Amino acid sequence: MSDGLTLNKITSQKGISVAEAARRIADLGWTPSYVQEAMTFPTDYKLSKSPRDPMKQVLRSYFPMQEEKDNRVYGALDAALRGDMFRNVEPRWIEWMKLFLAIIPFPEISAARSMSMLGRLAPGEELRTGFTMQMVDEFRHSTIQMNLKKWYMENYIDPSGFDITEAAFGRCYATTIGRQFAEGFLTGDAVTAANVYLQVVAETAFTNTLFVAMPSEAARNGDYALPTVFLSVQSDESRHIGNGHSLLMSVINDPDNHLLLERDLRYAFWQNHAIVDAAIGTIIEYGTANRDKHKESYAELWHRWIYEDYYRTYMLPLEKYGIKIHHDDIAAAWDRMVKKNYVHKIAQFFAVGWPVNFWRIEAQTDKDFEWFEHKYPGWYAEFGDFWRWYGKKSEPGETNMLFDQDNGYVYPHRCWSCLCPCVIREDFCCDEVDGEIYTYCSELCRWTHKVAFASEYEGRPTPAMGRFSGRRNWEEVYHNWDLAEAVKDLGFVRSDGRTLMPQPHLRFDDRRMWTLDHLGKHTIQSPMVLLREMSPADREKHIADYRAGFKIQPFPGH
Amino acid sequence: MSEAQAPLEAARSAAAGAAQFAGSDSRRYNYFEPKGRKATHYEDMTVDVQPDPSRYLLQDWIISFADGTPTYSQTWTKALSSDWHAFRAIDQEWERTHYQRQSTIVGMIAGAVENGRRAGVWKRFDQAWIKVLQNHLGAFKHAEFGLGTSTMHAQRYGYTQMINSAILTNSSYKLRFAQDLTLYLSELALDIPTLDLDAGKQHWLESPIWQPARRAVETIGGATDFLEQYFAVNAVFEPLVAELFRSGFVMQVAAAQNDFLTPTVVAAAEGDYQRNLANAVELFQLLAHDPQHGEHNQALLGGWLEQHGALAIAAAKSLQPIWSLPHVKTAQFNDALDNAIERTRTIASQIGLAASASLAA
Repeated sequence: MSDGLTLNKITSQKGISVAEAARRIADLGWTPSYVQEAMTFPTDYKLSKSPRDPMKQVLRSYFPMQEEKDNRVYGALDAALRGDMFRNVEPRWIEWMKLFLAIIPFPEISAARSMSMLGRLAPGEELRTGFTMQMVDEFRHSTIQMNLKKWYMENYIDPSGFDITEAAFGRCYATTIGRQFAEGFLTGDAVTAANVYLQVVAETAFTNTLFVAMPSEAARNGDYALPTVFLSVQSDESRHIGNGHSLLMSVINDPDNHLLLERDLRYAFWQNHAIVDAAIGTIIEYGTANRDKHKESYAELWHRWIYEDYYRTYMLPLEKYGIKIHHDDIAAAWDRMVKKNYVHKIAQFFAVGWPVNFWRIEAQTDKDFEWFEHKYPGWYAEFGDFWRWYGKKSEPGETNMLFDQDNGYVYPHRCWSCLCPCVIREDFCCDEVDGEIYTYCSELCRWTHKVAFASEYEGRPTPAMGRFSGRRNWEEVYHNWDLAEAVKDLGFVRSDGRTLMPQPHLRFDDRRMWTLDHLGKHTIQSPMVLLREMSPADREKHIADYRAGFKIQPFPGH
Repeated sequence: MSEAQAPLEAARSAAAGAAQFAGSDSRRYNYFEPKGRKATHYEDMTVDVQPDPSRYLLQDWIISFADGTPTYSQTWTKALSSDWHAFRAIDQEWERTHYQRQSTIVGMIAGAVENGRRAGVWKRFDQAWIKVLQNHLGAFKHAEFGLGTSTMHAQRYGYTQMINSAILTNSSYKLRFAQDLTLYLSELALDIPTLDLDAGKQHWLESPIWQPARRAVETIGGATDFLEQYFAVNAVFEPLVAELFRSGFVMQVAAAQNDFLTPTVVAAAEGDYQRNLANAVELFQLLAHDPQHGEHNQALLGGWLEQHGALAIAAAKSLQPIWSLPHVKTAQFNDALDNAIERTRTIASQIGLAASASLAA
């Protein structure tokens, strides 16, 4: 063969450029003249400028690319089994995947549904293929994650919890925050939900902590499967970020939209922070068995991905278009992460609620304490004794932490807005909306419920904005229920009908696992219901006491 | 070492079977009833991913639209079901199978077009046929696009993951095919400089031949009931207009115009439609035979068949002049139309609907 001659050079023939292909495809649409298109869900935004597609997306290059990515993912899963991955994986990590993978397929498929709304709302057809690809991507993510979960269930030592995954998702006190996240993508004002909350904030900012930081930690715990799946997922997200930015640029073009954009960026950033950092922060910091002091903590990852990458390079440039960016919100979120111990306090909440979840949470130990103190100076003084108590109370027959009088933990109120617990006690607040008292984790969550999710915003009618609904307060659903009865009602009991699905330890031994009998007689109560029943004076005192916080009792011998 | 501690030392591995304890052998999703004896992989990937307050959604939907409508509502279609969760897509599509199939089609079309162009197939195309491709295949691609955007819109509104995913893959197939046709014609134009790539859209928008088809497609796009859209696409427009044009004209006539290439491209859509149709028939026959709402649904679907059928029949008849355009006439319009009507009647019958008056040829 002559030098430089390749098969491609021999066989290639002139084709059309990607730019030309994209231009031709964008011309498939037309303005109906016989019957107007059915409208999708309403928006208060004005959309008149067609979004551009700088990525020139075409389906015929998309499908083979995705098939190739899939082949790599499924090949890697086979290789992980041949390499006996589960012999060496850390159970502490895989247990938290029961929670994470119960939540995430629904947000993914909700994003697919959102593309219906954006496809119909966005003027012009240039970005149509981008939305189509994203729709199929999200279908990919949802089902590839269901597949990963099934794979864990089939190969991990304790499948219980994976086996009821979607049922657990609908019921668990922890997954409720994931439902708020997902429904936020597709309910209410269509642009608020599908473009700002989903694309501009969740996809652009928080998929980095979800799908880049998480896989790193998985690999440190001997789990090669999650990185393989989720980095493949993340490789789709860059296109979604592009779609979101293009539509944002067409929305931002109209100054009439600026007030709503300012509102939605505040709401979406704060709620994404509250939800994603609660779940992913806890999983990364407390679901790992790796305590390498050279690795980044979640707070350090947050600073890199959210503060440096998103806030400084994505949000700040929006100011030049006249959008008011609330720098203090980002600072407040950062303070919650590093000064107010948000993630650590959320981890406490997950841990004390273990009987009403569906995975195992083991106690943190001395090795963990050393790492936490190194990364978060002062951690041990505030949280060390809590985890020692938790370790002691993990033995069957001990009083559950929630109801134990010895350790001093006080179950938190639930935030009506983000649905996370109000764990930063000094920031706890209440307000009255439509004659009813609600509880919030922070001032911005109060604002979200009372001001943002309303029919008017700063004097401007916002008839398309959504409303918070349903039985949002999980504790209210089981108010005054016996704990064991609630666990049975949730379905969080193993196949023998008595052993609990959740366990506060990693002992894979019937003799050391909790059963319904071990739970004793305890009554679940909703702090919010109790608050509403109080007299105004008692309520004021309760709020003051709550804001003052609690002190974990010293653990005997330490 | 105490007896209680001993098993801990033994269970060093986290692999399945490393220890026996309550629930350690529970290795199947156990929260739904499989359609068959055992759950298929598709069912495991799909069922209950979109939750429902009547099943496991303990706290109900937690965000609503301003009028109180929840995130998903059964009111988004006039069809009624005693069990929306009963439907399973016949094609059992989940992400991996979808990409495998789509990618195979893309590769097949790319290979065929590449080889056809290299062989100079266009030099042997009959000149009148090139005009047909330019004007009418060029117009038809917009109909396919319209069906794709309608189903893309509809996949937001279904009450279960099974229904929405079937509509989603339907949309993916239609939009891919609309692009296949667009790019095929664009590549032909590289070899046939006289081929006017704007003529197809002009015909779609202005030619009297295509206006009834455009009206029918826009009517589907304007429907506010997502199942009406899904029904009108697969049970009405596809067999009466789209398949009529694809199979009843292009596939039968092209070879006689020395064109072996176009049928290869168009054949992909026929394969897509078989799967989309099977899914749609399965869903609508379930609704038509619903133990509580069958009668209501039959009347509803019958109404949709009547309304969209009348528009589709008008669209089909309006296409008749196209059959006269090729120099070599190997297919008769009336035969093709009869086949399309018979096909549509068969679909209606499989769903459980009585023959519609609009289907009288």
